[in-house]
Amino acid sequence: MAVFNLNVNGTKQKVDVDGATPMLWVLRDQLKLTGTKYGCGIAQCGACTIHLNGVATRSCILPVSSIGSKAITTIEGLSELGEHPVQKAWIEHNVAQCGYCQNGQIMAAAALLKNNSKPSEEQIETAMKGNICRCGTYVRIKEAIKSVSRT
Amino acid sequence: MEKQDALHSRRSFLKSSLLSGGGLMISFSALAEFLPSKKLAGPGMPDQWFELTGYIKITPDNVIKILNPNPEFGQNVMTSLPMIVAEELEADWKKVVVEMGPHDSVKLGSQFTGGSNSVRMYWKPLRDAGAAARVMLTEAAAQTWNVPAAEITAKSGMLYHEKSGKSGTYGEFASKAAAIPVPKGVKLKEVKSFNVVGSSQKNVEGLKIVTGKPLFGLDYYKEGMKIAMIHHPPAFGMKLKSFDASEASKMPGITDVFSLKLYEDGFEQAGFDTRTFNDILVVVGKTTWDVMNARKKLSVQWEPIADTKETIRGFRGKQEVVVPAGLETTESQYAKMQERAKEPATVLRKDGDPETAFKNAATIIERTYTAPFLAHNTMEPMNFFADVTDEKALVVGPQQAPGWSEPTLAKLIGLPAEKIEIQMTRMGGGFGRRAYAHYMFEAALISKKIKAPVKLIYSREDDMTYGIYRPMYIATYRAALDANKNLIGFHVKGGGIPEHAIHANRFPAGAVDNYLAEGWELPSNITIGAFRAPRSNFNAAAEQSFLDELAEAMGKDPIDFRLELLKRAKENPVGKNNEYSADRYAAVLELVKEKSGWNKTENKKYNRGVAAYFCHNSYAAHVVDMVKRDGQPYVERVYSAIDCGIVINPESAKNMVMGAVVDGIGNSFYGGLTLKDGAPEQNNLNRYRIIRMREAPQIVDVSFVENGIDPTGLGEPPFPPVFGAVANAVYKTTGKRVYNQPYFNSTISEKFGVAEKNTKQQGDKKLPQPKIKKGRTP
Ligand code: FES
Ligand code: FES
Repeated sequence: MAVFNLNVNGTKQKVDVDGATPMLWVLRDQLKLTGTKYGCGIAQCGACTIHLNGVATRSCILPVSSIGSKAITTIEGLSELGEHPVQKAWIEHNVAQCGYCQNGQIMAAAALLKNNSKPSEEQIETAMKGNICRCGTYVRIKEAIKSVSRT
Repeated sequence: MEKQDALHSRRSFLKSSLLSGGGLMISFSALAEFLPSKKLAGPGMPDQWFELTGYIKITPDNVIKILNPNPEFGQNVMTSLPMIVAEELEADWKKVVVEMGPHDSVKLGSQFTGGSNSVRMYWKPLRDAGAAARVMLTEAAAQTWNVPAAEITAKSGMLYHEKSGKSGTYGEFASKAAAIPVPKGVKLKEVKSFNVVGSSQKNVEGLKIVTGKPLFGLDYYKEGMKIAMIHHPPAFGMKLKSFDASEASKMPGITDVFSLKLYEDGFEQAGFDTRTFNDILVVVGKTTWDVMNARKKLSVQWEPIADTKETIRGFRGKQEVVVPAGLETTESQYAKMQERAKEPATVLRKDGDPETAFKNAATIIERTYTAPFLAHNTMEPMNFFADVTDEKALVVGPQQAPGWSEPTLAKLIGLPAEKIEIQMTRMGGGFGRRAYAHYMFEAALISKKIKAPVKLIYSREDDMTYGIYRPMYIATYRAALDANKNLIGFHVKGGGIPEHAIHANRFPAGAVDNYLAEGWELPSNITIGAFRAPRSNFNAAAEQSFLDELAEAMGKDPIDFRLELLKRAKENPVGKNNEYSADRYAAVLELVKEKSGWNKTENKKYNRGVAAYFCHNSYAAHVVDMVKRDGQPYVERVYSAIDCGIVINPESAKNMVMGAVVDGIGNSFYGGLTLKDGAPEQNNLNRYRIIRMREAPQIVDVSFVENGIDPTGLGEPPFPPVFGAVANAVYKTTGKRVYNQPYFNSTISEKFGVAEKNTKQQGDKKLPQPKIKKGRTP
């Protein structure tokens, strides 16, 4: 066990855990931030996507010991009130079915659009390829991303 | 589905009551979660709710709350079902607050999500409830204003008496209305005057979803709660022999390691109490990571099972079933199925004289189709929270059938049903998987044993290898054509592990004079079950590919050929028990033909495949437009035509069809689970391929037949025919027919399938070769 001082959603957080603990479980079990989802634990589904210094990152294989002072943003920190343009687009396009994957999809899309406000079709597909939606909402996810990039 | 019918009639029991006192009041913060706008969440929140029927609660200041009875797993019932109530209630939908109802089969009906049944089963009861409440409110206003009720009109949560100029909100009359007996047989609105039903409304939980609120079972938290994971045998056909937990118990955070038996010997299981692994190991600890690590330190011995007898009381009454011992392997399962297929089978339906028709045939076309097990892989793995004490139990989590699981849970933990509270969380996918409740039972037994609240979590590996899969199937279709290429006989013989997929009374039964359907089954210890219409999603692939091949052999357009058969089934049906309506079936084909521009030249650049199917009371047809992209078949565009009767919420209904199309493409291209010596060979998403964005179509164009028929269900029907339409488009794209699911997963279909055999069938020589179009890159 070791103490880690983390910067999560702009707030300092102190956790005392095994350094190998993936950030996913630190968020969910220690910090009670359950918006970040568990889907596979092996970086295959994207449900656990967070931003690490603004970069979309799979938190299920990210040991807490590797984070240091890097800024972590989770879905709860994107905008608590759902005012981020990507969240708004998701509501507008009625994207979600079960909704379980959508936190990860939104985090991946937000990271993409932050770096590239007008992504091409192919850039969207590349950025989103690590995020599975078992309900099959891809068509609307893409529409929602495009609608943000148009504004 | 007798069970649902029984519950359905109980549900018509509507009750009104005045709610007062803490027990029935909703706390301020809980309510604030559901309020449509933040304004309402200010001080002076309503503390009094008046209940009008089990589904509606109204406060004096006119906050209208509608309870959703059915668990939500992405089909959007949380929005659509309350919309039905709001329609008849004449509530202003924008101001309605929606809340997930408690588990209460007396007030809220069967509460079963599955079988494409939610809207279909609740359509009438919810309309009745909304209409009854409106009448009660009107009556209360009539008494207060001392005017005839018939002169009062209700609109948008308000009551008006035009003559006197009086008006008031529902809230003003709620307390009086709640004391009025619930009227029966209230006249319902005309379909043409609907304004909520049929309008596109946003998901009522949309904001919570995009802000990451703890909606799901896996997110549930209770102070003092522990985390448990189970360790099940590595293979079907194995059970726990012994274990050594000395190392695992010493791991940080670990509090308990023990073995657990789910059902005692002789336990009478209900129909959905599927027994996959009965003896499991349980590791309990403080955090998920602690438990995951400790599991690695377990030392466990497993041993083969003997033949096991199970007593099951399902829809067909009490049955003794013997689950065979053995470690099954996919390759030998395919071989066994092909062997068994040669033996006689049970005749499921026979019309005319199929033997003679085949004897006299000028051409016989025979094709065999196969499909492997499929794992559901709901995005949220199985999990459940349980807090079981000697006095009562609280269980919280994702469950499609709380009404079915409760009696078994009660027996297992030794508490009467009234001491058990089941809370239904939003489910991260279901697809039939959560109609089974073993993980709820396991969680409850663990909590009972450790005397503490606990959340049981399945890892993805646990979830995929402790499956209740879509069965393995095989079917051989045969058609007899006379010298003029008329279809004179049709024969399907299908089997599966452990059940066959044949729906003997569905199309093309009823359309062919000489018809024979047969089925056989091979017992197995692999557990199988509901999977978004498991039998239909195989049939719609096999039968619809076969019809495509027939149309080609007969020189007919595939849509016209189906329409011809349907015309026959309508005008002069063969046999009596045809399950489908030929009219509705034909209508989706006509609609998809029109919408897809089936015969238009500009669409000729696509390799088009069509299929249609009827299941779960509804009809669906798709045209799949395939191209070659980077040398690989890719579905670029899909047209879907659906008849599910009245559509409650078109935007969300379209979403579900789009999802079914993507799911169908994904599973038909890649889906499959294989076994080696009883052990699933895929245990996570690196080995089990699920469709991703790049493989999904650019466009899914969805149209609904508008016929004003009461809703008939939508969750399953659009899914099966995707398989057939994809298969037919693959043929146009590659020149090769595909017979074995999945179509593009070489580790399964090419290894085990029966393609070789099909290419050697008689009749092939007469088939024209398709014109292969050059691939284009979009
Ligand atoms: S849980 Fe991290 S990628 Fe699946
Ligand atoms: S919405 Fe259900 S997994 Fe994506």
